[in-house]
Amino acid sequence: MATTTKATHPSGDNRFKLLDRAINVHHASGNALIEVLHAAQGIFGYLEDDILVYIGHALKRPLSQVYGVATFYNYFRLKPAGEHTVVLCTGTACYVKGAAQIQAALEHRCGCKFGQTTPDGKVSLVQARCIGSCGLAPVAVMDDDVAAKLTVDEAVRRVGAFMQATEEVAK
Amino acid sequence: MTVEELRELAEKERARQAGFGKRVLYCSAAGCVSCGGNATRDAFKKAIRDQGLDESCEVVGTGCMGLCGKGPLVKVAPDETLYASVDAAAAERIVDEHLKGGNPVEAMALDTDAPFFAEQTKIVLEDCGRIDAMRIEEYVAVGGYEALAKAITELSPPEVIEEIRKSGLRGRGGAGYPTGLKWSIVRKATSEQKYVVCNADEGDPGAFMDRSVLEGDPHRVLEGMAIAGYAVGANQGYIYVRAEYPLAIERLKLAIKQAERAGVLGNRILDSGFSFRIDLRMGAGAFVCGEETALLRSIEGRRGRPKPRPPYPSEKGLFGMPTVINNVETFANIAPILARGGAWFASIGTAKSAGTKVFALAGKIRNTGLIEVPMGIPLRRIVYDIGGGPPEGAEFKAAQTGGPSGGCIPAEHLDLPVDYESLAAVGSIMGSGGLIVMDSESNMVDVAKFFMEFSMEESCGKCVPCRIGTKHIHGLLDRVSRGEATPDDVALLEELCVMVKETSLCGLGQSAPNPVLSTLRFFRDEYEKKLRPAETFAGGVAGEAK
Repeated sequence: MATTTKATHPSGDNRFKLLDRAINVHHASGNALIEVLHAAQGIFGYLEDDILVYIGHALKRPLSQVYGVATFYNYFRLKPAGEHTVVLCTGTACYVKGAAQIQAALEHRCGCKFGQTTPDGKVSLVQARCIGSCGLAPVAVMDDDVAAKLTVDEAVRRVGAFMQATEEVAK
Repeated sequence: MTVEELRELAEKERARQAGFGKRVLYCSAAGCVSCGGNATRDAFKKAIRDQGLDESCEVVGTGCMGLCGKGPLVKVAPDETLYASVDAAAAERIVDEHLKGGNPVEAMALDTDAPFFAEQTKIVLEDCGRIDAMRIEEYVAVGGYEALAKAITELSPPEVIEEIRKSGLRGRGGAGYPTGLKWSIVRKATSEQKYVVCNADEGDPGAFMDRSVLEGDPHRVLEGMAIAGYAVGANQGYIYVRAEYPLAIERLKLAIKQAERAGVLGNRILDSGFSFRIDLRMGAGAFVCGEETALLRSIEGRRGRPKPRPPYPSEKGLFGMPTVINNVETFANIAPILARGGAWFASIGTAKSAGTKVFALAGKIRNTGLIEVPMGIPLRRIVYDIGGGPPEGAEFKAAQTGGPSGGCIPAEHLDLPVDYESLAAVGSIMGSGGLIVMDSESNMVDVAKFFMEFSMEESCGKCVPCRIGTKHIHGLLDRVSRGEATPDDVALLEELCVMVKETSLCGLGQSAPNPVLSTLRFFRDEYEKKLRPAETFAGGVAGEAK
């Protein structure tokens, strides 16, 4: 029987207590690896090596498997995300209605490709395969706000606002 | 809870609802929320309070009402007036004239006799947009969990399976395997432990019907799964849902909790000897996990890589045990079939494809949204009557069904009846039900390339034909679209497509070439138009030598 591990992290980071709780909910079962990775990403924002080692130890799964699962699925991030996230839907309906032009314009405005974060760490550009709002294509999710029937101008304006807002906060 | 108590609960809720003269149902699905639905809701609540109508009007958030392109949508019950594009000002006007004055605002109401509504037959979506998905009482009030009660108290497991078999229901995930047959294989398997799995990993770009059902009527799916559990002798179910659908996950969690508290899930369901639990498992963004063997691996906490079949999951599935795995829409059909009988369901649709199919209508079409039509309806009626045809200035070119596993259907086949066999005959598939209309602006080579890029990136890499084949097909398509391909390249492309189709391990690879093959079949001229000018390769390698 899988027993609940009382592993605490030597760094004293309290967030590991939350992770321990998520692990215990699943009785430290190796079958719950994906669920635990979801929880960890929710708590830490992304999955750095240290967290993967910790989870592997707690669930008694080899690191190769933990790493293999974390890299297999698109949803898991091994690097920190930017302050703001723009998720552009590139599903078929959005594609037919011009998502590619929006993509090009945003890459130009941010100076980085989709899948990357701007060098200053402010905006992450993320592609989603389909967010299921095809009736409102093209669609992007700007932080938590769903922008429907998006135009190139509107997309660039909103991302510009993100970049300026964070610049002002920095001042 | 006993069956009598279930009926009392339904009675009580119906009486509660009748206590309100009017119920304002607003669509709280992602589509309407993203075009200002929450502001509409707040405006209704405020206006109703300001007018002192709290006692006689209730504001209720429901699932998708279908016409997503015209959101936010609001329906006033019991007279069923449907309003489109309701903003805060419109909400105030509706409260003033309709709720208070008793006169529907005709100018803002949609004509529900229009073909978009009249041509539809709703089974899966019958409660979607009519009830509050967050309250089990509302589901029970429209007859929810009655089918489960009937199964447990009146029918033996083989009788349940017989009813499903009689209905002619086929898997709505796309392949169309007879559901009754699948269940009877699991029923017959001798194993202490069996599982029921719901495939809610709707990864097809362009498809959102599963999401709408999960968000708008989650209890219907739970009920279908519990009936499956009873029929095959399983006591544990899993719903594998995409992490990209947070609202669906939240509502499923709530629905499971409510169902357990009400005693329609969990131990000793409805005071019988039958127990059935359902747990959620979140996907993590891998298209291949829609393939059943890959999905099962993912539930086990592993990389979602498919396994060769046979053995099929119905013999050796989750954790090596016999497993029923069905799509969301399949499970959503179960309760109505048991409640109204298999013969009733079989009378809808065609002889070989019974019932209805939900489609997500999108692309270059006037009425985008969610529709449910009887099987066998001609494609033309979906596109032109229900969908309203392409918008002004655009002309229908092709309908793409089945996402990256499907194909494009050209105008000459618009009269094709929509059923499993007819779609297969023109090289497309039903798929999960995405239906995207394209016009002359869409270049078919680019469309094929778009889908191939998707399949290439989502290939799990386990088998060589899919891992390398899709990459080379994509490369050849790229050459064609850049105008660098020769006729030999097109011949090679076709050959490679057939090879990948025939030798890949799982459905992803086997269907990945479909968009290329179907565009080659119907729009070959578009490929040929883009070939390198003849003189550059007429002299054999002369062109290359330059």
